[in-house]
Amino acid sequence: MSQLNEAAAAVARRNIRVAFGPVVANDDVSFAVEPGEIHALLGENGAGKTTLMRALAGLLQPQAGSIEIGGQPVVIDGPLEARRLGIGMVHQHFMLVPTLTVAENIALGLREVRTWFPRLDQLADEIDALGARYGLAVNARALAGELSVASQQRVEIVKALYRGAKILVLDEPTAVLTPQEAAALFPVLRSLAAAGTAIVFISHKLNEVMAVTDRITVLRRGKVAGSLRTAETEPREIARLMVGGEVTLPQLEGMPTPGRPLLEVDRLGLTDARGVRRLEAVSLSVGAGEIVAVAGVDGNGQQELAEAIVGLQRPDTGRVLIDGVEMTNRPVAEGIAAGLAHIPEDRHRTAIFERMSVTDNAVAEEAGRPRFARWGMRRRGETQAFAAQLVADYDVRLGSVEQAIGSLSGGNQQKVVLGRALSRDPRLLVAVQPTRGLDIGATAFLQSQLLQRRAAGAAVLLISTELDEVLALADRIVVLFKGRVTGVVARADFSVEQLGLLMAGRTA
Amino acid sequence: MEFLADPVLAGFIAASVRLSIPILLAALGGMFAEKSGVLNIGLEGMMLIGCFTGFITVHWSGNLWLGAGVAVLIGAIAGLGLAFYAVTLRSNQVVVGIAFNLLMLGVSAYFFRLAFGSGTASPRITPFAPIDFGPLGEIPILGPLLFQHDPLTYLSLALVVGGWLVMQRSTIGLSIKAVGEHPEAAETLGLDPIAIRYAAVAVSGALAGLGGAFLSISATGVFLDNMTAGRGYIALAILILGRRHPFGVLVAALLFGAAEALQLRAQLLPSGVPLQFLIMLPYVLTIVVLAVSSTRSGAPAALGQPYEKGGG
Amino acid sequence: MSESASEAAVGLARRWLLPRSVLSGILCVLAAFAIGALLIAAIGRDPVLAYLSLFEASLGSTNGLAETAIRTVPLAFCGIGIALAFRAGVFNVGAEGQLFIGGVAAAWMGLQLGGQPQWLVLPAMGLAAAVAGAGWSAIAGVLKLRFRADELITTIMLNYIAIYFVGYLLHGPLQDPGSPLARTARLATEARLPMLLEGTRLHAGLLLVVVVAIVAQVFLWRSVAGFRLRAVGHNARAAENTGMNVKAALWTGFLICGALSGLAGFSEVAGVQRRMIENLSPGFGYTAIIVALLGQTNPLGVLAAAVLFAALQIGSTTMESAAGVPSALTTVIQALVVLLLIGQNALPRLFRRRAVAGS
Repeated sequence: MSQLNEAAAAVARRNIRVAFGPVVANDDVSFAVEPGEIHALLGENGAGKTTLMRALAGLLQPQAGSIEIGGQPVVIDGPLEARRLGIGMVHQHFMLVPTLTVAENIALGLREVRTWFPRLDQLADEIDALGARYGLAVNARALAGELSVASQQRVEIVKALYRGAKILVLDEPTAVLTPQEAAALFPVLRSLAAAGTAIVFISHKLNEVMAVTDRITVLRRGKVAGSLRTAETEPREIARLMVGGEVTLPQLEGMPTPGRPLLEVDRLGLTDARGVRRLEAVSLSVGAGEIVAVAGVDGNGQQELAEAIVGLQRPDTGRVLIDGVEMTNRPVAEGIAAGLAHIPEDRHRTAIFERMSVTDNAVAEEAGRPRFARWGMRRRGETQAFAAQLVADYDVRLGSVEQAIGSLSGGNQQKVVLGRALSRDPRLLVAVQPTRGLDIGATAFLQSQLLQRRAAGAAVLLISTELDEVLALADRIVVLFKGRVTGVVARADFSVEQLGLLMAGRTA
Repeated sequence: MEFLADPVLAGFIAASVRLSIPILLAALGGMFAEKSGVLNIGLEGMMLIGCFTGFITVHWSGNLWLGAGVAVLIGAIAGLGLAFYAVTLRSNQVVVGIAFNLLMLGVSAYFFRLAFGSGTASPRITPFAPIDFGPLGEIPILGPLLFQHDPLTYLSLALVVGGWLVMQRSTIGLSIKAVGEHPEAAETLGLDPIAIRYAAVAVSGALAGLGGAFLSISATGVFLDNMTAGRGYIALAILILGRRHPFGVLVAALLFGAAEALQLRAQLLPSGVPLQFLIMLPYVLTIVVLAVSSTRSGAPAALGQPYEKGGG
Repeated sequence: MSESASEAAVGLARRWLLPRSVLSGILCVLAAFAIGALLIAAIGRDPVLAYLSLFEASLGSTNGLAETAIRTVPLAFCGIGIALAFRAGVFNVGAEGQLFIGGVAAAWMGLQLGGQPQWLVLPAMGLAAAVAGAGWSAIAGVLKLRFRADELITTIMLNYIAIYFVGYLLHGPLQDPGSPLARTARLATEARLPMLLEGTRLHAGLLLVVVVAIVAQVFLWRSVAGFRLRAVGHNARAAENTGMNVKAALWTGFLICGALSGLAGFSEVAGVQRRMIENLSPGFGYTAIIVALLGQTNPLGVLAAAVLFAALQIGSTTMESAAGVPSALTTVIQALVVLLLIGQNALPRLFRRRAVAGS
């Protein structure tokens, strides 16, 4: 790691813009990191942190703006160039090959060991020594896939250091760690900083950002919301910057006392295929004529909660009742029959058949009902008439209902999904991130539809990471953090600061 | 102990080894492709084109080693062709492989007929001759197993060891495995998943081509239409049975080779056991291995999944 | 109003006369023939003469047409089955083995029912073949759905096992008592498919496969079950989310493919060989995969592709004797058609991605 130019140790980024087609992930983001500084990039998921980081890693090219290192503008056109510039990445999803040993992982693509038969023993000794210097205990001879998550992360840090990283970027490093493991990570980062490394610490958790960083840049919707010295600020101020302080609550039409509970979730627990506990004793209920929002930072169990309610994932403890009827672990079709509608988060993976027509997508849930089928054969006229009506009712812009839904814009696709769900007049609507990726018009339309459902006496469970949306629409907010409910707040008591703290894991 | 020296048994053992070499080489090639994340269904076609080009080269030049070399080269080129579809166009690898096999079947038969006409007398070459190890070849069991074979057989066994060295010990093997397991991680470390996959599929074509050539320039001295007769597909089963490990592949190939050798030697069987059931065994075993080892029998995580640069 | 009417007219024409998939298929066929012509010219032969003699032999006479039709039957049966399975996302390479199992089941049933009337024997044979083929395919289904074993390898293995198993039956329990050959006794007249054309070998299997193709087309595009099958094949997760039974659709794919491949065996046994033999199929089940792809996994398209492949195969020997072009050229053309089609399907995707990445 000595061959690296010491002067190249600080990174400044100016007016970075990264866009994918029409979606802008980063727009006009500027920040600077000094050597020896731990600099937090704070923001909700979807705020553009990871995109920024991929640009820095050379995996994406920004469309505009510049990156300077040690005062020199640089073009990072690939991972090798990033490495040459002394940028080391610890990705949120570890970039380790599980079937190789730690030493082999570190040797991959490394010019120093690009001999025919690498001397892995020698490398392993060096790695162990390097790890020991910074308090990063790793076993260089173990298989990466057999290590605990915390040791895999240590391996990632050592890998970056071994490659001569002077600028270390950590993407959500504590997202996968227990509090104890996270606490053990911080002194390591401190000692690295003390040795002159510039550290970019990407996170959405207030507590740890306050604990470990020197400076905080808050991102919001791909833009910088503020940049502050950690010592000169306090969590309340940061939370306000994160969620966009100036939220004015729209008036919900009346505040009806909720009717009988249409959805009851009772101490739901779920472990995913990898054995990770995703939900723990989650309880909530949604009454008729009520919108209950589940707030929280992405990845804290929201998707699992929705899918367990709908029947796509199997909870291992607890119960789900729809209008008092036990629906735990029942097939999705039974939920649909019971009046449940689901607007899933990942539209492309879970909601639509991209290469099938709008008509086919519109009737997917009900293709077998007598209205749309007779003697097992589909009724073309009825089906197309229904699709045409849906397209008109929900203002879907398209050429023909027979065109593939994949050729529509995201907003129009989502309107079809919404129309499909609502045209059944569901008693219970589970909507997950329904407005993600939509433009302002489509968002407003979707939100108004949710309010109409509420007015019509349906129960709506709105799962969203957009705090604005949650604040605007919900009668009550349930905050989820690491698969647990950290608080339930009624509309009268909504406060941005408090929700921000609950979302960051501080129980009320 | 008399049965140990039984010429039928000796013949069976020698034939088992001989018949296992083509599928061994193809499976070894398949290992490289699959470890890099590409499902090479086209092994069959690459074997066949190697079988044909090896034969025709020997027929024209009289040089056996030149024939083997040409088979390797043409096999590698065929591999690049498949890689264009599987890696660059990101087509369904199964579909492409099957179409590819059909193309090789047609191409080899077409040019064979052109070169030799459709007369009844099929052209012959003098194949590789077994190396004479003197008395070593007479040792019961071990003799026919190890000491009655031609140079190509020993080359193949050396390639198994070489394959093991490359795969388990070398930088190249590391890169291949990384690309097959986690191409995005490989790319973040500056490796080029696309180039590595191209290279791995080319190597698999080269080895399959040599395996096919073994049939014509070592085992028989003739070329027949569709001479490989599905051996490329059996190589895929060998990969599963041998767990994509060079030595595992060697053992599995011997098992399939023995099953094929058995077909011609029913008299070795205890009476009452239908021949066909014994021959079926390796195939059944492959299915059992697939079924009991959940999560795709240790297959590389990105096997069959095309990769797009920048994290597909 | 008039604009939308003309749009509708164009759409209708697209849909019924020349959908894009048909157009691209035809283009690929023409391109493959063009490359084939280059190969012919390169060896100093006359492409026009070669192609004329090829199609003269397969389509230019009653007997040629009959032989082409006979060859079409097994290719289309297997191809339609494979196509429907593929639509459900099941890559069943097991048609060859299912054909053998179906053929031996049909022969067994035909021998059992010896002297019964034809209206009883033939349906019983067909049913036995379909059930046996579907049962054989179901093994791969269980392996996939219960043990998560990929159907690609298991079906290839099951093909070998089926062929060896049939070999055992033909050398053992089902062997013709009066013959040393590995084959069953000859089927009685009642157990044979009726002939359709005097003086040719054309049998009623052709009618059956045409009916099957039409029914399959209607099933796939008009029935609720076919809709669900396609939906599962497109996106199994979304299908589950919309309340569809994903496993049922996958099972449908496995069973239909097995049953239709079994019927291919039945038609070969009852229509062509009139007994079960060891070499019932020269790889119909494998060629049918290519046929299914060329037919764009549309049953009627598969039928058309099967006719093309059958014509190429039937005419190839005449082309060799008349024009001096090796018959294997037709195999090359078959492969090229499909490779071109795959490439053509992939290219726009490639360019679109590039364009976005570069913008």
